Amino acid sequence: MEAMTWLSWSFDAFIGLGLLWLAWRVLACSDLFKAIVLFIAFGLFMALVWVRLAAPDIALAEAAIGAGLTGALLMAALARLRED
Amino acid sequence: MKWRHWLLLPLMLALAAGLGYTVLSLPDQAHGLQGAVADQLGKSGVSNPVTAVLLNFRGYDTLLEMVVLTLALLGVWSLGAQPAVHAESIPGPVLDMLTRLLVPILIMVAAYLLWAGAHAPGGAFQAGAVLGAAGVLLLLTGWRLPPRGAGYPLRVALVVGVVAFLAVAALPLPGGRHLLEYNPTYAGVLILIIEAFATVSIGVTLAVLFFGADPADKEPR
Repeated sequence: MEAMTWLSWSFDAFIGLGLLWLAWRVLACSDLFKAIVLFIAFGLFMALVWVRLAAPDIALAEAAIGAGLTGALLMAALARLRED
Repeated sequence: MKWRHWLLLPLMLALAAGLGYTVLSLPDQAHGLQGAVADQLGKSGVSNPVTAVLLNFRGYDTLLEMVVLTLALLGVWSLGAQPAVHAESIPGPVLDMLTRLLVPILIMVAAYLLWAGAHAPGGAFQAGAVLGAAGVLLLLTGWRLPPRGAGYPLRVALVVGVVAFLAVAALPLPGGRHLLEYNPTYAGVLILIIEAFATVSIGVTLAVLFFGADPADKEPR
């Protein structure tokens, strides 16, 4: 039991700090394509955080809309930006 | 340039301190609305409390969310015809095969999420997002809506979710009851009807958002 608690704590710390680090990287990145990929990774970490907070409904929505479709929309917008 | 960054530092520290203080001063035992929701769950027609709140107790919010999604699409369409960004490239064999394999599975997953929403995590928005992802995959492989379906049928698919929601919401009005007040006997069926149409609308809206322009718009920019 003790080992499981330690494991879940370290996992929570990992995804929590990873989320902050990814958020910083998204904002600080000057390459837009890289920023979008990091944003998608951020969305997936966010979904994991929701799962850990016992909110599977929001986790599903975040993974599907936040990480998946928003990423695709941003990519499409970037492709149009480059055309001009 | 550099001194401005240093100016920001105390502001950020103050914000962090304020946020930290707020979080730490939260009561240990939060008294949310779980009890109230659990008491009324039997009347909602579904057994998943999240779906009960989203489509029954707070159906108004979800209805307006659907309208916002449609408005977002209108905003994109108002920008006029956009050149298709990925129409020219022929999809590679991996994308081509994968799409053929994935699209039927994605449709099945969307239907499952829609059905599961009544008793487990899932629901119209998640199912619609999966359906939208299938549409995005199809668009990426160069598939386009046939011109016959691009005009009127597409518009019907885009608004059918809001229309069905409004129709069900207005159903109890002639009986002298309130907007969105479902009869507990039929609440489950009504919610499933709303969610089914909403899933179609959300999926189509998201896919068309990715396409970026009105497919019926012929004039190239």
